[in-house]
Amino acid sequence: MDQKRLLDSGKYISELTDRINYIADIKGGIEWGSLRDLLDRVQAVRKKMFDLQEDELFVELDQVDRRLEFLEDQVAQDLSPIETVNIVRSPQRFTLQDILENCYDSYTELGGEGECNIDPAVVVARATITRRVKNKLYYHQVMVIGHEKGFGEEFRNGGCAKPWGNEKALRYMKVAEIEGIPIHSYIFTPGAYPVEDYPGAAQQIARNLFRMSRITVPIVAFVSEGGSGGAEAMGLADLRLMASRGYYSVISPEGAAAIEGRIKEGGKVPRELVEHCADQLKMTAEDNLRLKTIDRIIEEPPLGARRGDFKFFRRLRYEMVKATDEVVLETKSFRMFRSYALKRQSQERSNGFHDEFDIHIKWSLTDSEKKRLIELRSRKYRAMGKGYKELRQSIGSRLSEAVETVRQNYYDIRYGLLRQHSRQVQKLIEEVSSEGSVFLKTVTEPVRATYDFVLPKPKVTNGINQQDIFRRSIFMQDWEQYISPLANEDKTVSCPNSEKYGCRDLWVPDLYGEFCGVCPTCGHHFPLEYQWYLENLFDPGSVREFNNHIISANPLKFQGFDEKLKKAIKRTGRRSAIITFDASVFDIKIVVAMLYSDFRSGTVGSAEGEKFIRACDRARVTRRPFLAYIHTTGGIRIHEGTLGVIQMPRCTLVVREYIDSGGLYIVVYDNNSYAGPVASFLGCSSYQVGIRSSRIGFAGPRVIRETTGADVPPDYHSAKNALKRGHIQGIWDRREFRKNLFEALMTMGGPHLYYK
Amino acid sequence: MEINLKDLLKKYKSHPYEDHEIKTAHTGIVHLNVEDGQEVSGPTGRWKHRPGTLLYVLEREGNPKRITSMYTGFVTGLRKELDSNFVQAGVPVMVIRHSLNKDEIIDRILREVLYVFPAPQRARYFFTPEVAAAMEKEGANILNIKDGDEIVIMSLMKRDTLLSYLGPPGVLYKVYFRHGDLIEQGAPLLGICSPERLPFVERMIQRIRTEWDD
Repeated sequence: MDQKRLLDSGKYISELTDRINYIADIKGGIEWGSLRDLLDRVQAVRKKMFDLQEDELFVELDQVDRRLEFLEDQVAQDLSPIETVNIVRSPQRFTLQDILENCYDSYTELGGEGECNIDPAVVVARATITRRVKNKLYYHQVMVIGHEKGFGEEFRNGGCAKPWGNEKALRYMKVAEIEGIPIHSYIFTPGAYPVEDYPGAAQQIARNLFRMSRITVPIVAFVSEGGSGGAEAMGLADLRLMASRGYYSVISPEGAAAIEGRIKEGGKVPRELVEHCADQLKMTAEDNLRLKTIDRIIEEPPLGARRGDFKFFRRLRYEMVKATDEVVLETKSFRMFRSYALKRQSQERSNGFHDEFDIHIKWSLTDSEKKRLIELRSRKYRAMGKGYKELRQSIGSRLSEAVETVRQNYYDIRYGLLRQHSRQVQKLIEEVSSEGSVFLKTVTEPVRATYDFVLPKPKVTNGINQQDIFRRSIFMQDWEQYISPLANEDKTVSCPNSEKYGCRDLWVPDLYGEFCGVCPTCGHHFPLEYQWYLENLFDPGSVREFNNHIISANPLKFQGFDEKLKKAIKRTGRRSAIITFDASVFDIKIVVAMLYSDFRSGTVGSAEGEKFIRACDRARVTRRPFLAYIHTTGGIRIHEGTLGVIQMPRCTLVVREYIDSGGLYIVVYDNNSYAGPVASFLGCSSYQVGIRSSRIGFAGPRVIRETTGADVPPDYHSAKNALKRGHIQGIWDRREFRKNLFEALMTMGGPHLYYK
Repeated sequence: MEINLKDLLKKYKSHPYEDHEIKTAHTGIVHLNVEDGQEVSGPTGRWKHRPGTLLYVLEREGNPKRITSMYTGFVTGLRKELDSNFVQAGVPVMVIRHSLNKDEIIDRILREVLYVFPAPQRARYFFTPEVAAAMEKEGANILNIKDGDEIVIMSLMKRDTLLSYLGPPGVLYKVYFRHGDLIEQGAPLLGICSPERLPFVERMIQRIRTEWDD
């Protein structure tokens, strides 16, 4: 055999071996079909390569090839969700490095290369992408940000970004914003690396989301492996593309199976259960497109793209350019051009992709276009993830809705029109006063007095002397009567710190009555029901619930979840894990969103997200402080899949709008607060406080142990440690909650409890 | 006080155990969870956060308190008659007998034989350069120390303080810290052996290491 043919045969053998291994990866083992036999045949050919005649060798390899093609077709025809997950996890699948090499003309990695990097799982590169228009090349600068899984490189952590990796991503997003270049975000992560070290997994994702909601350059995201919160840290985009053989999910199928099957730590999760969960989670591209959590699917070869699929990279380049064009065009105020360009683009799409574009579109935005970009982003996310149900409202409720509309108009006039006017007058008076000093005072004083008479300042404390409020004991209030039902048992309990601090056994009626669930020796806070807070934190009779008609549902038709929902509804008498209400604290009116433990462990799904958003909007419209009191949250509800995950960017975006408009957003964590909500709309608050003995974090100890292989100390998630790490800004005693909240509202809220 | 080393050795040879009597912390009804002779384990995990074997439940006023073993060993002297009965506080329920291994026996003997110089504060400790050089050159066991010798540096908040040895003169036999370790207040730093007792101690430890079964 001549040298060239010999080389060809070597490549052929290697390619066939890769294909066999790839199918084995997808089907979960080499024992599927006749893979073992084919592999043996290829290896036999390899061994006697130099003894065989050229024709004999190629005949044998061609036979294997044909057989493999048949098997590949068979696999592709009936690809299950778990097999899609296996495709994504295969070491032969393309990674960000391949995209950078093949889709972009040149790139410079920023923030280190390879192992010498603050987080090798996150790759940032300043790259150039070309557009060919009528045989002419145009170059676009972009910031490419994404996860790098590496090819067996251990230091990449399989694409699990550490908090400082996400911080790096955010830093360069800001650079892109300064430079006015679009961001291309590539998501290849099974999830964020769950460590609490500063800046903290959850808190950093929250910061990323908070900042990305207002980044004034187009962001286009491409998802290959979208593992929940880790994906969201870079996934808040104007256009979300997804690989046809990728997955985007709230949790890994194994994680979901461990929860559903109540598998103990270290126990083996049955394969059937994992497959079942993968199916139920609706994680494939088609599912996500149907759920509208992504905008478009990028077609891959039937068994997914691999490192050498150059045709796929050409398509991806084309799609990324086109997607960025679309985002830019949507912001254009010149409607004729926008509609013309979008029409041309849709024609291109219907004709199938090619390398050429009909027109050149610049990706820089003017100030007005930036504003429109942000508006469109907000509108887009507000319309996503609506997997809840709305009950038909009674006449009373409809009436209250009408009242709500009137109220909104009233607040618009009061705080929009009049406030603007009053501010200007106020400012003018102040300026004139300071300029003219004492001399002018005699002139301005009557004017000011008249102005104050016409538009009086709001009386925030309604005549209550602030000093008096602080002097009051909490045990002297009217609401003293509420006693937790936990106090009805005649028995004692032990404080968990009794060995350390020598706490004596506590008689339950004392503990849950007079002591408000607090150990008098060490101050440990025993959990109390959410009703205790409703009764004791707010002014008596001031709690007015709203949006009760929005209820949790089972949008994915997750098997068995309907029964679980029914049970939760029966147990709690409520229909979602969040209660939103107007209330007042020492006569300061506030809007409150309360996630509570009794209903599906306070997990957040579509209904919870929607109610939170509406509460936040209500606080914005009525210009009231917004309190998120988290009695407990177990994270995003896995049974709602990505409809739950999407609540993370959705709610954060609305919180950002509220804060930007001048709102005071305070988050108080109690008991246990973990995962998605902390990594988004809660963790983004500037004012986060933990109640004593609460635990705050991203992933629980078990997930950390299973993911990182390292054990964590028992107090790893304690509020004290969260404070030490800078995740929260203070720890409050439950008995002082009301007083501290009032103080916080007064000190942080400014004179009108609303900044702008 | 003069220590009879032979007696000490004999004591550990005949009874290589450490007995821990488990008494009720308060009144209540005892529900036993172990059998006589059963092996039990103490707390485990890096932070000793996983409780040991459940020994018994002590119930008072509807509060069942799980009493777990703080030691690894086996149960002896179990008072079965207390099971499901009311007991007063301080009543012995069982004994956990912990079998001492060679290293534990040697450690205990040395604690009795040597003069232990404790760490005065929670700080990092180093040998003075001269002592470190001498130890590297000739080994620790021939370093003679007398009252007032400055042999250790205590490093705390970037301030180094020379520590003077206070105690009987002797040979530095055991060093309980590694260079630059953070040592808690009161933890042993150095073990000093009187020169006349040194050969016997060395022989005894040698014998334990080579002849005794684990």
